[in-house]
Amino acid sequence: MVNFEVAFFAVCTLLVLLGGVATVAAKNPIRGAMGLLTSILGIAGMYLLLAAELLAAIQVVVYAGAVVILFLFVIMLLGPAASESTDARSALSRYFGAIVFGILALGALWIVMRMGGEVLTSLPPPSGGMGTIEVVGREMFTRNVVPFQISGILLLIAVVGAMAIAKGHKPPPEKSPEASK
Amino acid sequence: MNLTAVPLEYFLTVAGVLFSIGTVGFLLRRNLLVLLMSIEVMLNAVNLTLVAFNRMYPANHQGQVFAFFVIVVAAAEAAIGLAIVLAFFRVRRTVRSDDADLLRN
Repeated sequence: MVNFEVAFFAVCTLLVLLGGVATVAAKNPIRGAMGLLTSILGIAGMYLLLAAELLAAIQVVVYAGAVVILFLFVIMLLGPAASESTDARSALSRYFGAIVFGILALGALWIVMRMGGEVLTSLPPPSGGMGTIEVVGREMFTRNVVPFQISGILLLIAVVGAMAIAKGHKPPPEKSPEASK
Repeated sequence: MNLTAVPLEYFLTVAGVLFSIGTVGFLLRRNLLVLLMSIEVMLNAVNLTLVAFNRMYPANHQGQVFAFFVIVVAAAEAAIGLAIVLAFFRVRRTVRSDDADLLRN
């Protein structure tokens, strides 16, 4: 009988990696958004394995429930222009650069994973309510309260900026000379 | 259940491969929406690394708090990025990054 955690980790890994590949490789951007959603849900499952319950809930609510929905809104707003066919301009240099980076990154990853030798690092058991909302909240509001407030201001700036950028502006109406009597 | 069956390197490998997938997608694709989505993929990979290391060194919760702030910034950046995509579409009627070439010679 396979250990439940290892099976759950395998399922989450499949979701994460296949979702990631679907995100970057899908021609249809709606399929890409669904791949992103799958990847996000897989990451949330991994957070549960890593004793980060609050972060898993925040991940689902914020990422899956707001960011992906925002992407879908914009994709559907753009309509058929959202998935345009591409021509071969600069294709060779892009593919070359991307493949070189992929090889180098996976090679670096392999080297780093071999550094610890053959013994894998096992995680210590979670203790003292690790990752629960009480403990993380206490740390957030004592040690990290200033970044918390600054992130609130950042979100306000982002909302105002997004509204300003997306609103656009109409050109001022032409005033005829005899209208200003 | 004690949550100790999966070693740390597995999480780090998944995060590294996911980051590579996101970066290769960011370099390869020219659809602006796919670029933004691959940025989100990369940020998710970084968050996974942060939380995995926090689990390894559980003296405090700074890894999880940092990941929380990464999620906040990623959400704000996605909103602004999509607003820029919409503004760009309004002018150029396209979402290909190759068509953002006004400053090219």
